[in-house]
Amino acid sequence: MEDPAALLQASKIEKSFPGVHALKKVDFTLRKGEVHSLMGENGAGKSTLIKCLTGVYGIDGGDIYFQGQSIRPTSPQHAARLGISSVYQEVNLCPNLSVAENIFVGREPMKGPFVRWKAMEKSAGEILSRFDIHIDVRRSLDSYSIAIQQMIAIARAINVSAQVLILDEPTSSLDKTEVGKLFEIVRRLKSEGMGIIFITHFLDQVYEISDRITVLRNGELVGEYKAKGLSKIALVTKMVGKDYDELTSVSRVESGGDNEVVISLEEVSARHSIENVSLELRRSEVVGFAGLLGSGRTEAANVMFGLEHNSSGTVRLKGTAVRLASPAEAIRRRIALCPEDRKRDGIIGELSIRENIILALQARYGLFKYIKKKQQNEMAGKYIELLGIATPDSEKKAGELSGGNQQKLILARWLATEPEVMLLDEPTRGIDVGAKAEIMKLTLDLCRQGMAIAFISSELDEVVRMSNKVIIMRDRAKTGEIAEKDLNQDAILRAIAGGDAS
Amino acid sequence: MKNVRKITSSKTFPPLVALFGILLFNVFLNPGFLTITIVEGHFFGQLIDILNRAVPIMILGIGMTLVIATGGTDLSCGALLALSGAVAVSLIRGKSTILNPETETPFIIVILATLAVASLCGLWNGFLVAKIGIQPIVATLILMTAGRGIAQLITGARNLTTGYPPFSVIGQGWFLMFPVPVFIAAGVFLLVWFLVRKTAFGLFVEAVGINASAARYSGINATLVIMTVYMISGFCAGVAGLIYASNIMCADATNAGLNFELDAILAVVLGGTSMMGGRIYLGGTVIGALIIMALTKSIYAFDVAPESALVVKAAAVVMVVLIQSPLFQNFRGRVRACLPFGRRAGEGA
Repeated sequence: MEDPAALLQASKIEKSFPGVHALKKVDFTLRKGEVHSLMGENGAGKSTLIKCLTGVYGIDGGDIYFQGQSIRPTSPQHAARLGISSVYQEVNLCPNLSVAENIFVGREPMKGPFVRWKAMEKSAGEILSRFDIHIDVRRSLDSYSIAIQQMIAIARAINVSAQVLILDEPTSSLDKTEVGKLFEIVRRLKSEGMGIIFITHFLDQVYEISDRITVLRNGELVGEYKAKGLSKIALVTKMVGKDYDELTSVSRVESGGDNEVVISLEEVSARHSIENVSLELRRSEVVGFAGLLGSGRTEAANVMFGLEHNSSGTVRLKGTAVRLASPAEAIRRRIALCPEDRKRDGIIGELSIRENIILALQARYGLFKYIKKKQQNEMAGKYIELLGIATPDSEKKAGELSGGNQQKLILARWLATEPEVMLLDEPTRGIDVGAKAEIMKLTLDLCRQGMAIAFISSELDEVVRMSNKVIIMRDRAKTGEIAEKDLNQDAILRAIAGGDAS
Repeated sequence: MKNVRKITSSKTFPPLVALFGILLFNVFLNPGFLTITIVEGHFFGQLIDILNRAVPIMILGIGMTLVIATGGTDLSCGALLALSGAVAVSLIRGKSTILNPETETPFIIVILATLAVASLCGLWNGFLVAKIGIQPIVATLILMTAGRGIAQLITGARNLTTGYPPFSVIGQGWFLMFPVPVFIAAGVFLLVWFLVRKTAFGLFVEAVGINASAARYSGINATLVIMTVYMISGFCAGVAGLIYASNIMCADATNAGLNFELDAILAVVLGGTSMMGGRIYLGGTVIGALIIMALTKSIYAFDVAPESALVVKAAAVVMVVLIQSPLFQNFRGRVRACLPFGRRAGEGA
């Protein structure tokens, strides 16, 4: 597949990490003078692909062509010398150095052993004026706003006579006018013939700036599309995917709809997290949470678990207003949360399975009511059997389990505390289909036993299949609720995309 | 066979081997090394001496083990040792200016006040680390320098001496034929061991050290756990400070416990606890302290010139650490796998 207009072409890229097949024969083509968005949910392989293109990771298979020549970047510096520059989400500059120094660090204009400061400052000023930024380049970087710093990062990147510019979530810390300014620059660079790869979670921005969109899912290429011909709803569908087949045996628990309310939020806001959210979780009901990443679905669960504190509104537990100051407090009140990032917030890898299982219960018991070794072994044995955790014995390190078994282990930790509310944040992410079905069935069993369950998932078919009600989140707010009778993937997609049903 | 494997695969096995190696080396060069005689109803000998001298490092190391298990470090414990000595001796002397065989403060108050001051200093370290979020090295560096400064203020920058006989018992006394410090070390060890293994404290410390975020999600108050371990480390420095000051019957603010924090860290690391945080190996730390003291002892015993003593010690430490390194362990595993009577064959049995 040789494209004459191709500037950067990746073909059949393969990349594996221990336990994860991150990229499976992924193709990607960037043409001269286009803005190409790379889309996909977390873990889809966007960042991995970028890191392969810029030499952060070596590739296991496939080829990378740059202007028709096969290349193998060995480091970001090497990629930059070839003409592929990248700007990451966090500004990667030195806040204590001057603006000019930041732009030229590592390649200062020299005269013998001396830096030509005047020349450096002059050309720094020229470069920035190209972006319509007129600032004192001798002042330190941190004296300017994040937006300006972002622009300076871009200026630094393209100053290395770049032909390909990769922008990874450049707008997440910018406000609307700043985004506008950034896009102006992007358009100018595009008209100069540069190819730009753009990664963001904001759908509107994708449509505002992109010519083409490539969608990845679970490390595989879904397809490459022209932005004009792809509706938002179609894009979201492709990102989220749908593998219905394996999970057909799972279906929701019937609910009368008037079960006791266990926990409720009333117009709750929390700083940088959710705004004015009201919702109810009832006994023996699964409430699904749908929305894109950063929409506030995780944050809503965090508020109910005491990880984030409401600045206004009321959290009620069985009708009584409560203040959940910490997870410890939430656990005492029989609330449990399986966190989204299992590795970071869930598993304690060096501890044994047994210790991981008793941990939350022990934390509730406190220091001195130490669970006897015999009881620990009994509990571990019981949950290993109940949840079907695949392990030779309970003394194996938790970190050595597979993803699905780790998820079951965290569930076991919570079941041991006998919770009344179970908040599941992406419980099926990154685990194989069989384990997914098991986790879902287990969740429904718990629901039948009377637990109130929040089910947060990017897998819409799971949400549809499991939930008695779905709450739609967008931009940190609750934008709608879909009742059981109206529940289907289309309705959810429509609601997530924000009424754009074209 | 199975039991043998269990012992050799234990984390405490390599330091134990290292300790025996050093002792064996000594025996080889000085056949009288292991001799223990009874003089005036007390045990005397090189081994007893090593045990006795290792006590301060051992006690500091026990506190340090918990700190390191949470992924931190306590650089201040040597200075707190000096500070505790200063507090104790100045309380005993009170306002008297001569070498007084009496105490001006009730002895029990002297002990309790010293331990309380040291624990409070530890709590301050914990506060800086857990509540304010300062990196442990930087946070404890404050008291590492300031601790000695405060001690000098208390002693008036002189070596304060005391002649109060009961105080001398702590560091110089004998009980059941053994030196008293050995019993104190055993007491501290048992106390901390009880806390770590018979309450849930050890589990919480290890959980926080391995993954603080996940520990918090499980309902563990990580802040409280971290503050507590620094406080325990301070308490241990207080106990070691009492022993040290009693041993020389003097509060030496400048030199008491100088660089002991580094020896304590070394003892912990030799004992198998990872600087990255995680599993607690209290027994390993005790062995680590013995290794350090045995090394020091051998260097003196073999007339190594004083100017090269530190270099020789460093070389020996490098060897011990190498033996324990993952590289060497892997190598050992591979060698064993190749042997016909090695691991593979053993697994069938």
